[in-house]
Amino acid sequence: MNIEEIRQDVRTWLAANWDPNLDLIHWRELLADSGWGAPDWPSDYFGRDLDPQLSAVVDEELAHIGAIGAAHSGVRMLAAVTLLAHADHKQKQRYLRPILTGAEHWCQLFSEPGSGSDLAGATTRADLQGDEWIINGQKVWNTSAHHADFGLLLARSDWDEPKHKGLSYFVLDMRQPGVEVRQLKQMNGHASFNEVFFTDARVPRTNLIGQPGDGWQIAMTTLAYERRSFDRPRNPAAKTASPAPIYKQYQEELEIANEPYKWYPQRAGRVDLILQRANDTGAINDPVLRQDIARLHILASSAHWTAQRARAAQKAGKPQGPEGSLGKLAASHIGRLAAQVHTHISANDALLTGKDSPMEGTIAEILVSTPAGSIAGGTDEIQRNIIAERVLGLPKEPRFDSGPFRDVRRNTSKEPKQP
Amino acid sequence: MSTQFIFNEDQEQFRENLARFLADKSPTTEVRAQMADIRGYDPAVWSMLNQQLGLSSIAIAEQYGGAGFGPQELAIACEEMGRSLYCGPFFASAVCAAHALSATGNEAQKQQWLPGIASGEIIACLAITEHAPMWSDEDIRTTATSNTDGKYQLSGTKHYVIDAQVAEVIFVAAREIDGSIALFATDTGAHGLTITPVQSMDATRKLNTVTLANTPAERLGKADLPSLMDYVLVALSNEMIGGAQTLLQSALDYTQLRFQFGRSIASFQAIKHRLAELLLEVELAKSAAYQAAHCLAANEDVREHASLAKAAASEAYVRVASECIQLHGGIGFTWENDTHLWFKRAKSSEVLLGTPAAHRERMLHAITHGARAKARIG
Repeated sequence: MNIEEIRQDVRTWLAANWDPNLDLIHWRELLADSGWGAPDWPSDYFGRDLDPQLSAVVDEELAHIGAIGAAHSGVRMLAAVTLLAHADHKQKQRYLRPILTGAEHWCQLFSEPGSGSDLAGATTRADLQGDEWIINGQKVWNTSAHHADFGLLLARSDWDEPKHKGLSYFVLDMRQPGVEVRQLKQMNGHASFNEVFFTDARVPRTNLIGQPGDGWQIAMTTLAYERRSFDRPRNPAAKTASPAPIYKQYQEELEIANEPYKWYPQRAGRVDLILQRANDTGAINDPVLRQDIARLHILASSAHWTAQRARAAQKAGKPQGPEGSLGKLAASHIGRLAAQVHTHISANDALLTGKDSPMEGTIAEILVSTPAGSIAGGTDEIQRNIIAERVLGLPKEPRFDSGPFRDVRRNTSKEPKQP
Repeated sequence: MSTQFIFNEDQEQFRENLARFLADKSPTTEVRAQMADIRGYDPAVWSMLNQQLGLSSIAIAEQYGGAGFGPQELAIACEEMGRSLYCGPFFASAVCAAHALSATGNEAQKQQWLPGIASGEIIACLAITEHAPMWSDEDIRTTATSNTDGKYQLSGTKHYVIDAQVAEVIFVAAREIDGSIALFATDTGAHGLTITPVQSMDATRKLNTVTLANTPAERLGKADLPSLMDYVLVALSNEMIGGAQTLLQSALDYTQLRFQFGRSIASFQAIKHRLAELLLEVELAKSAAYQAAHCLAANEDVREHASLAKAAASEAYVRVASECIQLHGGIGFTWENDTHLWFKRAKSSEVLLGTPAAHRERMLHAITHGARAKARIG
């Protein structure tokens, strides 16, 4: 099918089915069952087997008449991509449709207090008893877990296998007595994440994804998608002046989904505000600050052009050069330097926070949010290892974690003294 | 804004041919020989470079015997020059002098010199700097006086003139009676003209003091010195990132070969992480240098990007040069090891045409006062 045929098909279907007076979930059920909600998914599972590039035309047509698309906010797309790649027929039938309709919400249960950079060192246990896996342990950094219906769980099912081989991947029902979710307050005052505690939580055998021991490999699918969508702009609100209740429902859904991410622009350092702030405060006339501002501008511009070089090479089908692996580390440098320059521009006003601080608290939020940038999604140290080993081809780190996982040295439970 | 972020196949082919030629004809043994040579280049290699690859002609318009390529091909050539540290009057003649003449000369003057510069048979150089590192009207105290017969005479002293020791013609910036700045052409054998080589720390780039005492000269035209400098900065930035890449590769090769405590030193995170950071810094500077060349090719206002590239490339080059010596350990501090050849080029490029701090200031001034200032700040 060519692009115009697709456009005609979706247009015809929308003309017959789109109705702003429908309930949001009900409308999306029609959308999911027609395959137009996820046209690049397989036709057996709520899609139409369309090439992802062609499916953009469907979004255009939806936007054209102000129709709302399938749900794709939050963690649900990580779940969808993983299930499409690794789940069995029954699992796909059960979970994919409510992902698209927005009726069910998801979270990711990977990181643990004892395994951050070394994610495969997870020690949350999954023990098979009859037809159920019994889950015990703790996860952390779980965005939206407090309103999730299901979690993507990575847990250790075999302690005698080497680290990466003893993990399994489950779909866990979050709404059960053995699961406790606690919000985790960050140093910037937001609570975008949760801790999740499992005490004899239960997963039916049928909710194991793939085979026991496949967990690490399946988690890679989830993480690859997460990395691709890292910091991509979240879906914008459908623009309409219509008072139909479906739009209100949609706005509420987006607000809940985007809430954890609202400080993310500040985490990146807000380089876009620097010149304005320097002009407003007069710092633009300080020769020392001018040097810092210029350094930041050079760093941010060069990183931007480096990303464009990487994209252009990829688009031209050229082999990936080093420029493609550097963005995350560059972003850390930018965030750190931007926070410093914002501090020096604000001078005394950097003492303040909240409504008393410049720009209604935005500047203060930059200063206490940028430390996350060099940790989340792979620390700078891990990024440097990856660049050194995979791009520059330098020797790998010596490993002390081969052999059965139960013999590998791990964190002790003793808490170190805080500063 | 220009949007080309990768080179096309012809450009890549040109790079490959040039790189192969330079690897063959300009190994470090040859670089060292030219460092010790008073002329600083091998005329046989120079003429091969021009006959086989048309090197000096790349940025010169076709009607003057040039290849008519643009700033991007020039940038590629400069990057490869910097990578191999080729010693020859390319930068002085084919970049600085050719551009100054193209920008200021009249038709007859371009016909007179450009074809020779393009073929490499004429070596020209550009004498602007007197005391200030950056080219500006205020720095020019050399005077041009005209006789009643329309002939000009120049008097003054020019410093840091690259490759004047081998040039046949020098283009000189001088102040006219009305106070404005123009470029003039004078033969190196002209009356009252003295060329005194100075000892430069970077012996791969020969510097001279040129004094003029009532030296007869031909007037080319009014000169916009900051714009001339922008062009040269773009070339120099691309040359610098070429050299920086050589040093990074050298550090990568050496640290993997060197074994201490039973392992290659490149397996220590203390070293791996530094190399990863160096790669980042070099790649960022490379993007800045390429972007400046794209900008020049698209005929956009290049001031901001030229100074941005100069600051980024010179800081990256000096940092990778210092780190490269450190990563080599004691051997890196010896004359025998080649690292110091690039280290010295890095140091000379850092200050040539203005320090990084001066260019950061110049860039910021262009942002807040330049053509795009309103759109960006408003």
